[in-house]
Amino acid sequence: MAIRALDELNEIQIDVLREIGNIGSGNAATALSAMLMHPINIAVPKIRILDYNDVVEALGGPETMIVGLMLMMEDDVQGMLMFLLEQEFADVTLSALMGEGYGSVAEMDEMCQSAIQEIGNIMAGSYVNAISEMADLQINISVPSVCVDMAGAILSVPAIHYANIGDKVIFIEDEFNRNGQESSSHVLMIPDVDSLKKIMTNLGIEV
Amino acid sequence: MSKTITVGIADLNAVRSPDVLVTYALGSCAGICLYDSATKIAGLAHILLPSSSMSRNMDLKEAMKFADTGIVLLVKKMEGMGAHRANLKAKIAGGAQMFAFKSASSDLGNIGARNVQSVKQTLAQLHIPIIAEDTGKDYGRTVFFYGENGAMKVKSVKKGEWVY
Repeated sequence: MAIRALDELNEIQIDVLREIGNIGSGNAATALSAMLMHPINIAVPKIRILDYNDVVEALGGPETMIVGLMLMMEDDVQGMLMFLLEQEFADVTLSALMGEGYGSVAEMDEMCQSAIQEIGNIMAGSYVNAISEMADLQINISVPSVCVDMAGAILSVPAIHYANIGDKVIFIEDEFNRNGQESSSHVLMIPDVDSLKKIMTNLGIEV
Repeated sequence: MSKTITVGIADLNAVRSPDVLVTYALGSCAGICLYDSATKIAGLAHILLPSSSMSRNMDLKEAMKFADTGIVLLVKKMEGMGAHRANLKAKIAGGAQMFAFKSASSDLGNIGARNVQSVKQTLAQLHIPIIAEDTGKDYGRTVFFYGENGAMKVKSVKKGEWVY
């Protein structure tokens, strides 16, 4: 069966994506711990194939304020990675990184912006490395762009860009725990269809 | 008592006074509000993309995604309810650039602007004048459209609210 869109993936193929998500989330927790010099625990991530409307609901509804980080994957695998951080997660991480009194994510200054970009970079690297190591593919990522706004408005960007390959995305939900403080972040992985085929083929999965 | 009807993404609907239409969190998408003040029929479409030439398989659901086909469907729906095309006036919102993103390989950056442009073109072809506009810039907008008087309220988390 040829994959034309994400909603045509079979169970085995979805399992592969789950595994990539698992490894990526583990990498991300390790990288965040190192960056914040503090142990971060992560629950087993929930990985689902959802359409945009369900993603918006999972984030708390279209008008929920959220920090969005968008990166493009280039090289062997092409597509988009988007991190959606709850404001709380962004606040906790930023205050750990920059000390108290950095203000709030909602009114970000340049320092704050580049700190968030760096977090995005590190987290994106974690997921991308999971793919490139498992599937032996070269992947580069662009510098993340940041947007703090309503979840629905942020998600309109991938929804528009990938309208031609359907309305489903790979949605990874991470629960991070630092000092008993829970906060969550979400990752959208939207590989181009050809790239998805490449990943599957390299892992010996029939496409 | 008025009802509030939600218009989703790539969706459209029309109501009679005093009902209200709302579409949440327009980013690069565009919202098109049409009003016939004689019959007090209000319509709202939330489109995703500029042109139906980008479609892979056109059907009714698909047609609501695009500015050119979505607006025509909205006008037809309103006419079906008794509105007159000659009375219709438009107010438009959305088409923001959410991420400052530069990429040589894609037109990701200006899709919002292209949506607005296509909306204007389509309305011009239908001879529907645009009497208010809150488009572009870099933030999300929620749009309320009131059947009672054709007012469009735009709400944003960063920049407050306006009524047009």
